[in-house]
Amino acid sequence: MNAWLELGITLVVILVVVLVSALVTIYVELKAGSHMQARIGPYYAGGRWGWAQPLADGAKFLQKEDLAPAKADGPVYRLAPYVVMMSAIGMFAVIPAGPDLVGVDLDLGVYFVLAISALATLGVLMAGWSSANKYSLIGGLRAAAQLIAYEIPLILAVVAVVIQAETMSLNGIVEAQMATLFTLGGMDIALPFILTGQIVGFGIFLVAAVAELSRIPFDMPIAESELTMGYLTEYSGIRFTMFFLGEYASIVGFSAVAATLFLGGYGAPFLPESLANIAGPFVLLAKVAVLVFVIIWIRFTWPRLREDQLQSLAWRWLIPIALVNVGVVATFKVVF
Amino acid sequence: MTSRQLMHRSEAAVSIELETPGMTLNIGPQHPSTHGVLRLVAKISGERIDEIEPVIGYMHRGYEKLSEVRTYAQITALVNRIDWVSGFANEVPFILGVEKLMGVEVPERAQWIRLILTELARISSHLVFMSSFPLELGASTPLMHMLRDREHILELIEDVTGGRFHPNFNRVGGVKPVYGGGSKTKKQSMDLPAGFFKRTLKAMDLMEQSCRDIDTLVTGNEVVRARTIGIGVIPSDKALEYGLTGPNLRASGVAYDLRKVENYLPYDQIDFDVVSRTGGDSFDRYLVRVGEVRESIKIIRQAVDLIPAGPLQTKVPRVLKVPAGQVYSRAENPKGEFGYYIVSEGGKMPYRLKIRSTSFSNLSILPWILKGQLIPDLVAIMGSFDFVLGDVDR
Repeated sequence: MNAWLELGITLVVILVVVLVSALVTIYVELKAGSHMQARIGPYYAGGRWGWAQPLADGAKFLQKEDLAPAKADGPVYRLAPYVVMMSAIGMFAVIPAGPDLVGVDLDLGVYFVLAISALATLGVLMAGWSSANKYSLIGGLRAAAQLIAYEIPLILAVVAVVIQAETMSLNGIVEAQMATLFTLGGMDIALPFILTGQIVGFGIFLVAAVAELSRIPFDMPIAESELTMGYLTEYSGIRFTMFFLGEYASIVGFSAVAATLFLGGYGAPFLPESLANIAGPFVLLAKVAVLVFVIIWIRFTWPRLREDQLQSLAWRWLIPIALVNVGVVATFKVVF
Repeated sequence: MTSRQLMHRSEAAVSIELETPGMTLNIGPQHPSTHGVLRLVAKISGERIDEIEPVIGYMHRGYEKLSEVRTYAQITALVNRIDWVSGFANEVPFILGVEKLMGVEVPERAQWIRLILTELARISSHLVFMSSFPLELGASTPLMHMLRDREHILELIEDVTGGRFHPNFNRVGGVKPVYGGGSKTKKQSMDLPAGFFKRTLKAMDLMEQSCRDIDTLVTGNEVVRARTIGIGVIPSDKALEYGLTGPNLRASGVAYDLRKVENYLPYDQIDFDVVSRTGGDSFDRYLVRVGEVRESIKIIRQAVDLIPAGPLQTKVPRVLKVPAGQVYSRAENPKGEFGYYIVSEGGKMPYRLKIRSTSFSNLSILPWILKGQLIPDLVAIMGSFDFVLGDVDR
């Protein structure tokens, strides 16, 4: 096949996946959150269950004027949402939904995912710095501080997985989790990493991911009761929509990474090889859905921490635990 | 230019010290956590507040001046709107003061109805606090649950008075006749709506449930504790110096409650405790209010048992003329001491009405307490004060 055509198809598929998953996540948050809060939530849009509410919101946002403060740093201000959106799209490009269903099968997939996901914070910092608004500035700087604190435990949690899987390719990590561990009553048993010693790593990854996503309880960069809307304060119209979509796509992206690294990705027990490419996406989707729901659930249960409390949680608890985790996993790998 | 000036300039250029100027952050008047239109001008370095100056008056409606050109009956409609989340409780001290000036004896039953409705207003006000305080810390779920539960209270108030927020129910010499009204029906036959006490008791059960809800959702939450324990500590002497009253004072270890101190409404016949705590931090201010909701439930249950039968009003002249004199009348409102200083020169309207509103006095401690705090703590502290801007600016 023509390489350009292939690239085009891949791009379109990834874009559709990003947009649809972001919209679905927004809808689930609206609806599930409402039920947790004794409300009904979206009801009219789309005729039934308000399913079209995210689309209606998006259409409304698109009609709004794209405002920029007079003193804003124009190019940076305009570029910031694209950086955030790019980072979300980039994550989806390397996550395998089946043995062959992957945008780009990189040998350093893990490395790429971590790097590109951290890029979103750069966009946030750009937005905060260029908005010419003190609230935005504080929000942006909080996001940067948060990134530094949370990128380390996140990476350390992933390092343990890489040691166990002996590869940095995301596909390879899934295959490592599908490898037969032992045979029980004539059946080959394969277990995801979360059940074979990575449970601590999974917890650290999830906490760090929530922090990186700036979700409650770590949503200090936005903190609407303190900073009005943090780095988003000055944005409107299409650029706000891009931030919004990027944020929700990142939730799905991080959940997909967590599912791939810890929950076995597209692999499921008793799934024949021949079906892996067809059933794989659905298996992955189910795992992602659970994680996304957990992240939404947390948001509607907890208040937000303070920035210094977050730093102390990261540096005094998560990083030491993650280091010990890496050591333990490495020791087991060498000894057994 | 002379050489001397040049020298002077160059010296000046050399002696410039590089310093990082602090940032002035303007919080409000439009800001999500200032409960309306409070403005705080904060000098901050990083996220720490070096100095803060509250600017009030954006919602000044001039009630004290307006009162001078209104009759006493019309003023009750005004005072409802001072602290709008506990409208009924604002009327009580005013009407008690007018009655004291006129020497009007109020029927027992009317006093008990006032007591029950004041306590309902207290529960409703505290439920608003219990919804907005966690919201300021970032938890949006208690907001919905507590506002839903408050609906039961507002329904009761509406049932009796016809208004949810602004009942305007007190009359000099009693309370407004509920059914019918007007002069043609007999005032003696008018009473509270049928089944009101039964519904009240049922609502009190629901309120106990919502107290348990808030305990599981907020009180025990680690993040709430981390954000509020030890934050914004007000020692008892400072609290007294700045004139704090109500739950804010009682959280600092001063068990001062006008319901016990002042002889008004038949509180002396009811067995209830004054909730107080000793920590004086944001968490204690929250706990005191949750405790007070429980006490109010207790008070209302007893009042429903104790309320005597009888008329709702005594006869007063059709045109109210208050004899010359002055009186300071105060009551324990949900937010603290609420007082009216009424000066009458013997007419249909007061000569002067000074309103001692609670939130205004409670906010006076803000510059002291917010100095040196972080911006996130500013939100936690201000939320724990439970102020209403209408009550600050009047």
